[in-house]
Amino acid sequence: MLIKRPSDIRSSEITSESHYLSRRKFMQAFAGAAAVAAGGSVLSSCADAQSPPLPRQAAALPGRSLDFVAAQPASSDNGFSTSEKLTPYEAVTSHNNFYEFGTDKRDPKRYAGELQTDPWSVAIEGEADNTGTFFLEDLLKNQPLEERIYRLRCVEAWSMVIPWVGFSLSSLIKRAQPNSSARYVVFETLYRPEQMRGQRSRFNTLDWPYVEGLTMAEAMHPLTMIATGLYGKSLPVQNGAPLRLVVPWKYGFKSIKSIVKIKFVKSRPSTSWNVSAPREYGFFANVNPTVDHPRWSQASERRLPTSLFDSKRIATLPFNGYAEQVANLYTGMDLKRYF
Amino acid sequence: MLNRQRKLTKIALLLLALTPLALMIDAAIGQALGPDPAEALADQTGEWALRLLCACLAITPLRILTGKVEWLRYRRMLGLLAFFYACLHLGVYWVFILRLQWADFFYEFAQRPYIAAGMVALLLLVPLAITSTKKWQKKLGRQWPKLHRLVYLAAALALTHVWWQTRGDYTEALIYTLILLALGMIRYRRKSWFK
Repeated sequence: MLIKRPSDIRSSEITSESHYLSRRKFMQAFAGAAAVAAGGSVLSSCADAQSPPLPRQAAALPGRSLDFVAAQPASSDNGFSTSEKLTPYEAVTSHNNFYEFGTDKRDPKRYAGELQTDPWSVAIEGEADNTGTFFLEDLLKNQPLEERIYRLRCVEAWSMVIPWVGFSLSSLIKRAQPNSSARYVVFETLYRPEQMRGQRSRFNTLDWPYVEGLTMAEAMHPLTMIATGLYGKSLPVQNGAPLRLVVPWKYGFKSIKSIVKIKFVKSRPSTSWNVSAPREYGFFANVNPTVDHPRWSQASERRLPTSLFDSKRIATLPFNGYAEQVANLYTGMDLKRYF
Repeated sequence: MLNRQRKLTKIALLLLALTPLALMIDAAIGQALGPDPAEALADQTGEWALRLLCACLAITPLRILTGKVEWLRYRRMLGLLAFFYACLHLGVYWVFILRLQWADFFYEFAQRPYIAAGMVALLLLVPLAITSTKKWQKKLGRQWPKLHRLVYLAAALALTHVWWQTRGDYTEALIYTLILLALGMIRYRRKSWFK
């Protein structure tokens, strides 16, 4: 279904998180009831939940409306959802680390408008059978989208809870058909200094383009996600439009934004922050409260938004609370050494 | 008449220097500091402390370059304002970020050298603020300028505080460093001319 954006949006029409949440709860209940009525399986209930009738107000959030399967209640242990309070849309889209636009948290939103994200294509390269450069539309064609509510833990000791929309990276990898030599996946962000002012700075410690990487096992894990939206809408540029990685058990800098290249390689890639300051940023960068960063203690985090009188400090959990799902990826590994 | 003009200039300068604080308070009340207000306040107070310290250290070079002693009248006020913002900076960190926890404070101080550098810079400014009055100036006589040379050390430590926590982009740290170096060079060259 297609929801047209009203030409004039009053701020009162913009969806609040509570509205969004209650709407989602309603949709889930509706999907469940439909499934029962039809005597159908879980699968059919998912199908019923597709094309959710987003309220008119949700259409007022910036961006294109997406069709997706709403997140299920956080009852299952797959980690795809959480009952924690969502970080408001405004905070999610105005407090960003995206150094391509500047180092201030407000810079990405401020300068996002300078970047043209349409048309967009992604190069798939390396040790795979189905390589080539693909238009974003072709890449996303027939790719069902689903909502996942993940915690996002920044290495700077703050965190958010974000309703992403996207799909498991594994489904894209399967289509690329990597061969047996592929042991790591490397991702690259767009390099376009004329539209990304942070890339024009002469005194940057990061080499552009920004590069991140995962082991094949990490990339194939069902929690590892390619997001194309949040809060039911297409991604704002400051959050990594049009497509980004989300790896919820790792520090945020691993979740690379505005991806233009995905490459399958044999050996461990050099990744941007790791190259810039290897003592501070490891390749794995799994959230770990027992390994302090030289600049920030990682034992606790501040759940945004904070206020002056409540710093919302909470304990940081190993693997950002996803240990049950991902700890087995690292069995036998010294996590203090391979931080 | 001239006296009155000087007073007005001073008041105008004071109001100008307090404007950032007024804007911060206004933003704090209006909840316009973003999703991490304590961090935003700490950043802004720190930046203004450093800017005012640069302004204070620009007085002597301005006097040298223009040959006008008049500039010296504003030096004390600028120095005290820098000190004031530095105290606010520590206060915000201590109250809103560390939430008055001594244990956290000692931990941060010991673990993070940039915090220690900033703290020492502020501590060095304390005796300078105390002895900034005319009374102390007279009392200390020739010792006064010697004591107040500590401001260079404080500035160097403040820069260290900035450099150490910079990641990603050094442009801003570099600008402050170049400004302070330029100001230092003007003084130094002046001295060597007299030799």
